[in-house]
Amino acid sequence: MNPDRNLGTLLDGTLHDTLVVSLPHFRPELCLAATIVLLLLCRMLPLLRLVDSGFLALGGVLFSLFFAWDDVLSLHGGPWASTIGDLLAGRQELFGGLLAFDSLTAYIRLLLTGFLVLFILFTKVSGIPDSEDGADFYTLVLGSTLGMCLMASANHLLMVFMAVEMASVPSYALAGLLKGRKASSEAALKYAVYGAGAAGVMLYGLSLLAGVLGTCHMPTMARALASLDSMWMPGGTGLALAIGGLMVAAGLAFKLSAVPFHFWCPDVFAGAAAEVGAFLSVASKAAAIALLLRVAFGLGTTGPGPDHAVEMAALGETRHFIVGIVALLAALTCTLGNLAAYGQTNMKRLLAYSTIAHAGYLMMGVAAAVALAGRDADASRSAVAAVCFYLGTYVFMNLAAFAIVALLRNSLRSEEIASYAGLIRTNPGIVVATGVVLVSLIGLPPLAGFISKFLVFSSVMEAVSLDAERPLMLVLLVVGGINTVISLFYYLRVLKVMTFDPPPADRTVDAFPLVSIPGALVTALVVPVVSLGIFWSGLYAFARLAGAFAS
Amino acid sequence: MGIAPTLAVTQPAFWPLTLILFLPAIVAGILALPIIPRGKDDSVRWVGLATTIAVFILSLWMAVPAIFGAGSPGQFTVGEAGMQAVVKQPWIPAFNIEYLLGVDGISMPLVLLTTFLAVLAAAASWPIEKHVRPYWILFLLLETGMIGVFVSLDFFLFYVFWEVMLLPMYFLIGIWGGPRREYAAIKFFLYTLAGSVLMLLAILMLYYASDVRTLSDDQLLATHVVSPALEGADRAAAMTAVHSHPKPIHTFNLLALAAIGQSPVSPFAATSFWGMTLESWAFLLLLIGFIIKVPVVPVHTWLPDAHVEAPTPISMILAGVLLKLGGYGILRICYPICPGAGLSFAWLVCGLGVVSMVYGAFAALAQKDFKRMVAYSSVSHMGYVMLGLGVWSAVAGHEYQWDAWAQGVNGAMFQMLAHGISSAGMFFMVGVLYDRVHHRNLEEFGGIFNRMPLYASLAVAIFFAGLGLPGLCGFIGEVLVTLSSWNYSRLLAVCSAFTVILTAAYILWAIQRVYLGAEYKGPHGDHLTPMTRRELAIAVPLVVLAIVFGVAPQLIFNYITPTVNRQVETLAEWTRSVHDGHPAAAGATAATDKGAVELQATIDTFTVGGSR
Repeated sequence: MNPDRNLGTLLDGTLHDTLVVSLPHFRPELCLAATIVLLLLCRMLPLLRLVDSGFLALGGVLFSLFFAWDDVLSLHGGPWASTIGDLLAGRQELFGGLLAFDSLTAYIRLLLTGFLVLFILFTKVSGIPDSEDGADFYTLVLGSTLGMCLMASANHLLMVFMAVEMASVPSYALAGLLKGRKASSEAALKYAVYGAGAAGVMLYGLSLLAGVLGTCHMPTMARALASLDSMWMPGGTGLALAIGGLMVAAGLAFKLSAVPFHFWCPDVFAGAAAEVGAFLSVASKAAAIALLLRVAFGLGTTGPGPDHAVEMAALGETRHFIVGIVALLAALTCTLGNLAAYGQTNMKRLLAYSTIAHAGYLMMGVAAAVALAGRDADASRSAVAAVCFYLGTYVFMNLAAFAIVALLRNSLRSEEIASYAGLIRTNPGIVVATGVVLVSLIGLPPLAGFISKFLVFSSVMEAVSLDAERPLMLVLLVVGGINTVISLFYYLRVLKVMTFDPPPADRTVDAFPLVSIPGALVTALVVPVVSLGIFWSGLYAFARLAGAFAS
Repeated sequence: MGIAPTLAVTQPAFWPLTLILFLPAIVAGILALPIIPRGKDDSVRWVGLATTIAVFILSLWMAVPAIFGAGSPGQFTVGEAGMQAVVKQPWIPAFNIEYLLGVDGISMPLVLLTTFLAVLAAAASWPIEKHVRPYWILFLLLETGMIGVFVSLDFFLFYVFWEVMLLPMYFLIGIWGGPRREYAAIKFFLYTLAGSVLMLLAILMLYYASDVRTLSDDQLLATHVVSPALEGADRAAAMTAVHSHPKPIHTFNLLALAAIGQSPVSPFAATSFWGMTLESWAFLLLLIGFIIKVPVVPVHTWLPDAHVEAPTPISMILAGVLLKLGGYGILRICYPICPGAGLSFAWLVCGLGVVSMVYGAFAALAQKDFKRMVAYSSVSHMGYVMLGLGVWSAVAGHEYQWDAWAQGVNGAMFQMLAHGISSAGMFFMVGVLYDRVHHRNLEEFGGIFNRMPLYASLAVAIFFAGLGLPGLCGFIGEVLVTLSSWNYSRLLAVCSAFTVILTAAYILWAIQRVYLGAEYKGPHGDHLTPMTRRELAIAVPLVVLAIVFGVAPQLIFNYITPTVNRQVETLAEWTRSVHDGHPAAAGATAATDKGAVELQATIDTFTVGGSR
């Protein structure tokens, strides 16, 4: 054997893997990275400082969006594919198995970059950050999004950890963006400390899993899990696996702000600017759910292969464990989020708890998807599609909600719910827009939020009817139903204050009118909330495409 | 799913039904745009009223071809039992959700009632001065929601319209209501939403258990899963596509769900949780959702609050139409789709009916507030509807004769329509008085007859219709229901007959306290002016209809009886052959024919009795 030739093949192989296979599917991330570099460069050169960092970032993100869109279309058959079989072939491992490119990656990346475009436009309108902070802000946002894209495509435990950190660390700084404000600094510190703790726990869990199974590559780990006789074999292997799994779950739950790892969320949302809240509540949540899907399906299922059926059966216990954790967290998160939202007087805090509750609904869908994976692959795919659809509508609902909060803050100088009293008298358009968003968050037809909730509940019901983890799924259905009813109160309370209550006597300023740039932004965000509630076949086609990732 | 979409052109009812359904919503959207300048409140009112009138005329064109010269495609054929004017367009193919509309003898009169009451309520909305434009936008959205529930044949679509009504109603009560309006509005919203969430679970349950592949070719056509408009090769291809599909095809189609529920090997009859069948669960969940709307004791408590706080026109809509949605849902959805559960829970439905009948009547007796009394009378009257719907007497002991049950269901349907007229009238009459003297305390009235003779006569006529005086519309339904329940249970029949006395007591007592007496001594006595022409234009049609339907109930029975009888006959047949497993007997047809003749005779008797 000639060692030189061996090394040569290895290098050739790596080069080929990187340049030919991986990089073409990595263009959106590359664009984001290039934009970050540009933003930083512009800071250094005096002449380039005149360039508006917001529009520079927007330009970069638009390129990224274009490539993300291109990637979705390049999937076999695209969103209009009639058969699922074509799509399954689309899965590719990038960078030697660190990342996976498949329909879920493509969908979530499209969602994230699309959200980023809307988000940057929103920050330009709302005026936070100012031109001084702009470069920092957009660098952090883009960096965090880059991490989120990696979360959505992670295929390797190390990548999972790196991606989570890549997404989190800029978020900590973002939370402290309002430098002069005590609450903001406190929020940032709290977030960073919690985040560091959660990351440590997660890393420990990852190392336990990797130690027992001998690899960090998730598909290989799943095969190794399948070859174990039973999770509860003697010698503590099972215990180590279970503890490792729980610790990873804790780390993910932190990113999802799932109860009982949610304490940072209301404080951060209330302390940080509404713009940061919008970013964290939408992008961070979408990425965290995608990562949850990745890990749950990565460890709980195996891809197509000669022993597929045998392996899937052997992984039943693993999936049962995963479903148990996710379902329990989902039920807790949903209920506590909704109950805690009652007492809130600050709109951002209320939305923080609403975000927590919605994470619960989303996790119900994930639990159903994993539960169905061993029973009926098609049903499992449609459960993933339900979750992805939910994320798609969630972008508009929550971004609109935070946009309204931020824009009202600009004119009313307050984020307290009480300060919105009687807005209907002066600004009916804004109140109607808020109404549409909040009612959509409750989940009433004919708005997008209803369809999302319908799809998730429908997947859970399908799991019940196919007898996949039936008792647990029944509990989830009941919990979801009850939560929908109790969430009515606090969303409606905001509307009640806006419409029924008389305006405060000392209000001198007016909110912005609907016919203005901020008004146009709100309209542009609210129109999809209505139209996706009536014509949802299009987005659902994309979501189904994303769902095809579940083998 | 391989079912070729049918073109709108081939469906003559597409535009009429779609317009009836969406015209109010479209106008609401236009009103929301700043086309009519601020301050021109009267223009908004006229646009709103014109819309409701246009919708009413459209629905009249559809429902009563005799007026407009029959024969146009898309019109309703009176006396036909089946589903007519079906509109079928794909909406969400991934879930087989369709824009599926249609009317039959059950829904057509209710649609007409809705559009008619909407016109009257619109006219009654003139005195509303606060935030005129939003009021009318919400009012028109509400109308679309109500009509949508009656014409939807797709369960998903049904649910969407069912929920669409909630928000406008919440604001209509919460902004334009009385002093405790916020409490009443949230209570209404909360009760109904709780019911709808249960309904959603039931919908999903039925959806995932259903499979249209089990239906025969004829059933696929009859249920419009495969559109009958398809001809020849297209139809055959659509049939093959359904039957050769590798996996179950779930459906939201209400007709298909009913056909599946009534098939000999219904997937809904499989045991589900805790030893109960899936259809029992679905029936109970749906029933709770519907009886909240009816409302039935013990989930009726939102109603008195909502009624008392709501402005007069909204009370009219609430009592006249919204309560009927519950009864309609039970008749259209619960029984046909879950016949087994309907049979085993017949006692529950009937018992709830009688309890609310008696409880509502006693509660009405105890009220001091005029409007609250009328609200409780609604609870009592809707109890008859529940009793009539539930008297499932076509069982072995009755040799599967369905005449008594058909009588009950016909009576319940008639009662719903009659109550729509009389309760809307009663609420309007209370409103007329309240507009003048600004109180509703029964103890402080008296002597109205002397001050406002015309108003008082019309009001007394309407109250007598509510009382169930022979010759007025309230009588027919109550008697048919009471008679039919005799076959089912003597006790319930006695109770419901006894309630008639209570009804007479509270209504006569109210009439005595309000309209009779020497002179009015309450506050604002000098405001007791005669009825305006606008008020007369609302009151007179209601009184006339109350008399016409009392004298000539055939006008209504012509519509409802064929459809109701067919549904009851089908379910009786289902009880005999599927539930009890008896093979088809020659005598059965004779018995059913006999049943139909007897029913016809009973109805004829009332017609004669009424005109006496």
